[in-house]
Amino acid sequence: MRRLIAVAAVVSAILGLAACGESEQVIVYKQGKYQGKPDGKPWEGEPLLVTDAKWTKGDKASWEERIKQRNQGQNEYKRIYQQ
Amino acid sequence: MARMKFLCDAERCIECNGCVTACKSEHEVPWGVNRRRVVTINDGVPGEKSISVACMHCSDAPCMAVCPVDCFYRTDDGVVLHDKDLCIGCGYCFYACPFGAPQFPQAGAFGLRGKMDKCTFCNGGPEEDRSAVEFQKYGRNRLAEGKLPACAEMCSTKALLGGDGDVIADIYRERVFKRGKGSEVWGWGTAYGPGKPGAAPAPAAGAKS
Repeated sequence: MRRLIAVAAVVSAILGLAACGESEQVIVYKQGKYQGKPDGKPWEGEPLLVTDAKWTKGDKASWEERIKQRNQGQNEYKRIYQQ
Repeated sequence: MARMKFLCDAERCIECNGCVTACKSEHEVPWGVNRRRVVTINDGVPGEKSISVACMHCSDAPCMAVCPVDCFYRTDDGVVLHDKDLCIGCGYCFYACPFGAPQFPQAGAFGLRGKMDKCTFCNGGPEEDRSAVEFQKYGRNRLAEGKLPACAEMCSTKALLGGDGDVIADIYRERVFKRGKGSEVWGWGTAYGPGKPGAAPAPAAGAKS
């Protein structure tokens, strides 16, 4: 009888401590993956003939150079002094 | 190349709404949708400041994080775009965006919410570049034409700068040096205070400029 009580006490202690477990409180967000259609790159097309835009088709570096050059159009200090 | 970024100089913006008009006109944006708008702080009070706001093409975009159908993607140049064929118009991105960039066209008598529309940095979307379909869905693809966003290029006072992040930062820095003020509005000083990293921020004293 005494043994049975001891076993019951141990079991109840284990069950009681089970509630003290620590579960993760912070949700870990799993970054989604794009599910849509693939998009082309801006430098993959031919430059328009009607503008002064020049780059080599498919060459990213030349397109970037073109964009950087065009960006200077927003710098009025350079625009004014160049004239 | 650095990431494509916008920067609006509040010292220069005169609230003309030229950027808004340029965007509307360039992309034939439908009625009720504003990809870009001008926000004025302390409107009517002497010293009011205006700033032009659109999608800021965040490096860690909340819209991308919350989209249940994962219709957002980021281009090699750091432009955040989305696939309208996939968008379900749920509006989560609108709640997540700190700038209110996602817009939803109202369709029908009951105001049904259409697919999300937002600033594309004039870079179209996932359709053939410079095609009619791309224009209809996303607007003009100026980057693929070797141009920069219409809003920034049309800005009369050049308050709104748009393009390669490094280049526009250089333009802005040069401007600040020339006029002798404005450095405190953006950058290290605003975020962390003057001096070296870790230095105590400067006490707030009077007006910014």
